[in-house]
Amino acid sequence: MSTDLDAMYQEIILDHYKNPLHKGLRDPFQAEVHHVNPTCGDEVTLRVQVADGLVSDVSYDSVGCSISQASASVMADLLIGKPVEEAMAVHESFLALMQGRGSVEPDEDVLEDGIAFAGVAKFPARVKCALLSWMAWKDATAQALEEKP
Amino acid sequence: MAATLEGLLPELEVIRKDFPILARTVAGGLPLVYLDSANTSQKPQVVIDTMVDHLERHNANVARAMHQLGAESSEAFESARDRVAAFIKAPSRDEVVFTKNASEALNLVANTLAWARGPLAVGEGDEVVITEMEHHSNIVPWQLLTERTGATLRWFGLTEDGHLDTSNIVDLITERTKVVSLTWVSNMLGTVNPVAEIARRAHEVGAIVVVDASQAVPQIPVDVVASGADVLVFTGHKVVGPTGIGVLWGRRELLEQLPPFLGGGEMIETVTMQRSTYAGIPHRFEAGTPPIVEAVGLGAAVDYLDHIGMENIHRHEQAITGYALDGLATVPGLTVLGPLQATQRGGAISFELDGVHPHDVAQVLDARGVAVRAGHHCAKPAHQRYGVQSSTRASSYLYTTPAEIDALVEALEYTRSYFKVG
Repeated sequence: MSTDLDAMYQEIILDHYKNPLHKGLRDPFQAEVHHVNPTCGDEVTLRVQVADGLVSDVSYDSVGCSISQASASVMADLLIGKPVEEAMAVHESFLALMQGRGSVEPDEDVLEDGIAFAGVAKFPARVKCALLSWMAWKDATAQALEEKP
Repeated sequence: MAATLEGLLPELEVIRKDFPILARTVAGGLPLVYLDSANTSQKPQVVIDTMVDHLERHNANVARAMHQLGAESSEAFESARDRVAAFIKAPSRDEVVFTKNASEALNLVANTLAWARGPLAVGEGDEVVITEMEHHSNIVPWQLLTERTGATLRWFGLTEDGHLDTSNIVDLITERTKVVSLTWVSNMLGTVNPVAEIARRAHEVGAIVVVDASQAVPQIPVDVVASGADVLVFTGHKVVGPTGIGVLWGRRELLEQLPPFLGGGEMIETVTMQRSTYAGIPHRFEAGTPPIVEAVGLGAAVDYLDHIGMENIHRHEQAITGYALDGLATVPGLTVLGPLQATQRGGAISFELDGVHPHDVAQVLDARGVAVRAGHHCAKPAHQRYGVQSSTRASSYLYTTPAEIDALVEALEYTRSYFKVG
């Protein structure tokens, strides 16, 4: 009965939910965005700082379910310090995983803790939760790059 | 305890058999525990059969087709209007306008008031009063109306215990007030509002009273005139009818003064290239081919509810709601939003569970076969008022059993252990 449920609520996800990494808004930042999930009201305010082609900081403040909160934590931990291009590729990989309806095999080398979200992809209603902060990051990063070409 | 619960519908097991979906199982072979009726109600076989029969045997357009099928279809459609009028005790069938849903009905009123001239006109210096516990569909149309006309939007606040704060009613509803629009029963807090009392004050100052009865009509015997409303709206799918059909009831004198809403076929008297004249009510507000089979289904739905008796359904809802409030009170860390006495509320119960987000609650409950709603329930301001980002909502109806409430409580306990809280 709860195999799918357990597949979604991986220990890694619950750990990140209870002890989120990099949470809290920080300075400096080049772009700040606010994204909401209009169906459920989950919200994230996210800041990005890009320096020397690197994602030097991702900070965020958010309210929402375990999936959306854990996803923001995993994402920030994964992307901070990566070259922007590589971070974008990680983003693409996570997006493909979430939109794969459970048929995409995640690459642990690329996604690290992010592979824990593979089970979420089987729950269409929760995919948006997992993607909320990732979409916010892409938006903010695009703005940061415009700011500082 | 459950077996002796006073007020339950005596033939509950027979009633449940009227709803085929209640017999199905969900993933894992679990029985379905449907506690999302405030979102949409399930449909009895008689509604399904009536709609299928109409499509199989009587389908034709209404009021246009000069053949036998057209006559049968028109008869079925207009007979649904008669049944709905009788169900809400409307003085005249012409006062019952079919819309797509309650949202469209509210938008119809707000838009036609924006276009009205003369005494109904809304403009600068005028005020529209709503409440902080409205569904978004009874907020946004009035924001649009006041933005478009330069009028001012004001609202009743809420008390700590989930009631309307009417202490400032005299300052809020004044001679500047043109419209007061409020929900009868809150879809989030469950609160039953003192509509007649507020309507009395509104009528003293000459304001129109619009009542969103989407959550009231399913549960409470409704007499539109006694309610104090000038306009009352509800949606078909929450009264065991189909989606795609809503009802706007309005006092004849008011409806006759309102300008048309959508222009098109059926709403006209005659059309020339220069100008048109309009049909009388209710057809003036029903442009285009209406939702015919949906109206026919709604007619069967209100007949079904009438047959069981709205007084009996109301008693059942109160009994189940009281039983649910008692059960929820046993779950550690659970806080119910809104009034805690069943007599002061409808059957929708929103709550928070410490340490578990509503999405996660709903997900774990779903894995146990228990269907509830999680989120802001289209009532973000009401959530904000209580500092709550979102909530879980369990809502019952005439087919809900005490055993299903037990399943909810048990699943909530499981949720707590799953997320290791407490």
